[in-house]
Amino acid sequence: MFEYNFHWRPVLKNLPDLLEAGLVTLEVASLAMVLGIVIGLALALIRLKLRGPLRWFASSWVELARNTPALFQLFFFGFGLGAFGLHLTPYAIVLAGLTFNCAGYLAENFRGGFQAIPETQIRAARSLGMTSAQAYLRIVIPQVIRIVYYPITNQMVWAVLISSLGMLVGFRELSGETQFFASRTYRIFEYFAVTAVLYYVIVKIILLVSRLLAIKLFRY
Amino acid sequence: MIEISDLYKSFGDLQVLKGINLQVEKGEVLSVIGASGSGKSTLLYCINGLEPIQKGSIKVDGVEVHAKDTDLNKLRQKLGMVFQQWNSFPHLTVLENVALAPRIVRKLPKRDARDVALKQLEHVGLGDKIESYPGALSGGQQQRLAIARALAMEPEYMLFDEATSALDPELVGEVLDTMRLLAEEGMTMICVTHEMGFARDVSDRVAFFHEGLIEEIGPPKQIFGDARSERTKKFLSKIR
Ligand SMILES: Nc1ncnc2c1ncn2[C@@H]1O[C@H](COP(=O)(O)OP(=O)(O)O)[C@@H](O)[C@H]1O
Ligand SMILES: [Mg+2]
Repeated sequence: MFEYNFHWRPVLKNLPDLLEAGLVTLEVASLAMVLGIVIGLALALIRLKLRGPLRWFASSWVELARNTPALFQLFFFGFGLGAFGLHLTPYAIVLAGLTFNCAGYLAENFRGGFQAIPETQIRAARSLGMTSAQAYLRIVIPQVIRIVYYPITNQMVWAVLISSLGMLVGFRELSGETQFFASRTYRIFEYFAVTAVLYYVIVKIILLVSRLLAIKLFRY
Repeated sequence: MIEISDLYKSFGDLQVLKGINLQVEKGEVLSVIGASGSGKSTLLYCINGLEPIQKGSIKVDGVEVHAKDTDLNKLRQKLGMVFQQWNSFPHLTVLENVALAPRIVRKLPKRDARDVALKQLEHVGLGDKIESYPGALSGGQQQRLAIARALAMEPEYMLFDEATSALDPELVGEVLDTMRLLAEEGMTMICVTHEMGFARDVSDRVAFFHEGLIEEIGPPKQIFGDARSERTKKFLSKIR
């Protein structure tokens, strides 16, 4: 009944290509996270401190990012903008889509982090003569970073995993590359099985690095 | 000298301070007592400019606290403040908690900031805890840390807002002893407190707050032994 013969050799032959594509995945996910953290922090502060159109904009961003499929967000930057004559490269589409998505999720994490710091911490800092900026930089933000640290790690893992949607907009990251070889050789199962292992290893490495960094960063 | 005249403060529609007149001389220890909600904390926050005021004036050594051109960050270095919730900075070691503001506000070199911090931590009896994080300290130790942190700015006045109210009973003593020590060293202090023993023994004067006004102010002997106001008597009889 079961007559499929596994052929691993072509996969192994392409392993260097797959590893390289894995680096592309890591690169686009990391970049999206860096941008996502900066933008997410800004969105959170806007939602906490401002009123008016800017706040409405930030809230809409967060709502859309969190409540629509990540795939559609990618399609928006691909086919959506394409319909208006703005054609991004596959790399740019994935980077923009991931950044949009990550910024939305991270904004909520940051918001929760800021709300978890009691107002009295700021009062205590100000009573010592610190400026508002000093109080935020020295007292509030370091504590927020601690609170959002593991959520950020999770988001990084998520960014790596959903970057695989990139293959649907023609991006040759790990999944796209796998798809390319798989369709040429028809060894679909073998290729995707190996790629799944590669994703698993990448995620495990991220978690390990995160844990080691946490030991160094947070001693309290 | 702290001079408060005709001070009004409200939060929205809620009138909290309704015309406070008060002078605190250099070297004086003033205890402020009164029911919860009578505006005692608010008064302290107004004195160091953490809360804006609606009317009247507060002068610290002749400087108008709430004037537009007053450098509040500079003024606050003169006015150490200790809160009910001790507010230690949990992400910093005990030493860093105390050394941070001297370094970034007083702009002392790192070494000097460290020396100042060490001196004040010894002062409050925490010299052996400098590498600990506040989370590892008891409430009493954290409150003494907060006192050391304020003292490291070398303030001329100390404002205590119910410094012992949030502590377990067995930890109150060590904090009161530290406050007593400061009083003996001649620090000018305004202490909002529910510790009547402390108010009686340590203060030069006691002010009884009632609904946003100073109902009665005088030496402890008067307030505790021979109060003029019925409200003062009633408050004290309820507390004992
Ligand atoms: N930030 C604030 N916003 C609104 N109302 C406040 C605020 N702080 C204090 N109040 C109100 O002001 C009144 C006096 O408060 P407070 O000064 O803390 O009293 P006390 O320290 O004597 O207990 C209370 O009714 C309190 O609810
Ligand atoms: Mg109070």
